Amino acid sequence: MTAERDLSRRRLLGLGAAGLSSLTLSGCGRLDFLADEGAARNLMARANGLTYRIQRALAGNALAPEYAETEIRQGQRPNGSRDPDSPAYLALKAKGFADYRLVVDGLVQRPRAFSLAELHNMPSRTQITRHDCVEGWSCIAKWTGTPLSHLLDQVQVLPAARFVVFHCFDDLGNTRSGPALYYESCDMIDARHPQTIAAYGLNGRALPVANGAPLRIRVERALGYKQAKYVHRIELVDSFARLWGGKGGYWEDRGYDWFAGI
Amino acid sequence: MPLTGSLSPAPRQPGPLVRRHALWTRATHWSWALCIAFLVPSGLQIFNAHPVLYWGQESGFGYDNAVLRIMAVETPAGLRGRTEILGHGFDTTGLLGLSGPAERPQSRGFPAWSTLPSYRDLGTGRVIHFFFAWLLAATLALWFLGSLLNGHLRRDILPRPRDLRALPADIASHARLRFHRAAEYGALQKLSYGAVLGIVLPVIVLTGLTMSPTMNAAWPWLLDLFGGRQSARTLHFVAAFLLLAFLAVHLLMVLLAGPLNELRAMITGWYRTDPPAPAAMKGRDHDR
Repeated sequence: MTAERDLSRRRLLGLGAAGLSSLTLSGCGRLDFLADEGAARNLMARANGLTYRIQRALAGNALAPEYAETEIRQGQRPNGSRDPDSPAYLALKAKGFADYRLVVDGLVQRPRAFSLAELHNMPSRTQITRHDCVEGWSCIAKWTGTPLSHLLDQVQVLPAARFVVFHCFDDLGNTRSGPALYYESCDMIDARHPQTIAAYGLNGRALPVANGAPLRIRVERALGYKQAKYVHRIELVDSFARLWGGKGGYWEDRGYDWFAGI
Repeated sequence: MPLTGSLSPAPRQPGPLVRRHALWTRATHWSWALCIAFLVPSGLQIFNAHPVLYWGQESGFGYDNAVLRIMAVETPAGLRGRTEILGHGFDTTGLLGLSGPAERPQSRGFPAWSTLPSYRDLGTGRVIHFFFAWLLAATLALWFLGSLLNGHLRRDILPRPRDLRALPADIASHARLRFHRAAEYGALQKLSYGAVLGIVLPVIVLTGLTMSPTMNAAWPWLLDLFGGRQSARTLHFVAAFLLLAFLAVHLLMVLLAGPLNELRAMITGWYRTDPPAPAAMKGRDHDR
């Protein structure tokens, strides 16, 4: 009886170890090839297209949750670029963005350029929303800005336009890789969504440099990397093909999914 | 011959071969196995992008609502891996916070061997995770549908009063590593499979969806159900570890109960049961 029990215990330990080690399927990077641009990754990335279609169908034009003033418990955590150093941006910043112009062009009837004062005099929307970073953290803040749909109405978007591209001042490149200006994009559904704003205010004050001054985009149903900061130009396009890596955004060109709804 | 016979235990009469698992059950079982094998390491890759878990709607940076924090900290003894759970700190160097080769350890949440890809690549981790998340959700939906239609759910999963009455005896025999190879599931099997398929996996899918800003717009009740996006992220992580705990016990039970027979049953459906009850009872008496 004792022998039988000892055997069982030894078997238990040995088999347990074998079972646990089989859990580490990914061990030692044997599956790292999945990261390479190729058939396996492309097949898996097609699931993002499914997510896009299903989430669009489920969400329709529904609003992102909005929060109460009492739920703003901290400043908006800045991430990514916090202090762009391109000469054009520094020159504007030195003059308090008095010379700043937001260009809206591309597939539009009447391209326009708006000063900050003009933007401030347009209808505004203020919303307390949750910013969800792709890394996993969230932060609640109050954003004030011009609804993007209002800006689009000013320039009269052509029917051929399928996407809105946001061009930014911040350069994430270096001397070796050359310039890599941040840019982002969204479809016309998000562009016309009532909560999508070109924000110039944060928590009741002017948008700080660390959070994208003088103007950033809020696309409230998408992850943080879609919330382009330091925006100077909004371009209406029918394809991303001629923009940088062709995937519709700085991070998208580096392997992130374009929709960013999850 | 008679001598040998008297020294070695009498050869046990094999029990009847029965058809134990329907094709539906077997196909979904292996689909889950595949999904979990990819979802867990890609999920750890995503977790490593910000190895802190919080409770509530948002992450406290100006205040503290963290429930788990994995980090590398500078100490008099050099860089160490540290894990804090609900305010209790542990040195987890080598596994959490700081891991890898001793000459150049990396500061990262979970170690390279546990993540997919092994190096830091959040974009690819997300591509893998969402592909297999779809497969997992589809398999779960198919399993529920199929198991409702073919009676698997009612017959084999939902515990009946007599299963609950048999539970203490079943726990006792498992603790002594004595398994009853019957065509039907035992009480512990029903309860554990029911808990995993009926609670843990649905919670994993729903908490995963709660982290989606678009789904928060579509189904705002998800945030109320789980107490906020960051709570949902924490519960997603907890549920994943409950699933891993189940998996460890499940694999152990398979190995102890006879891996070839169990594997054959889950591949072909055919399962060798124990000999009929009287012989089994007799054998047990001899053991005592």
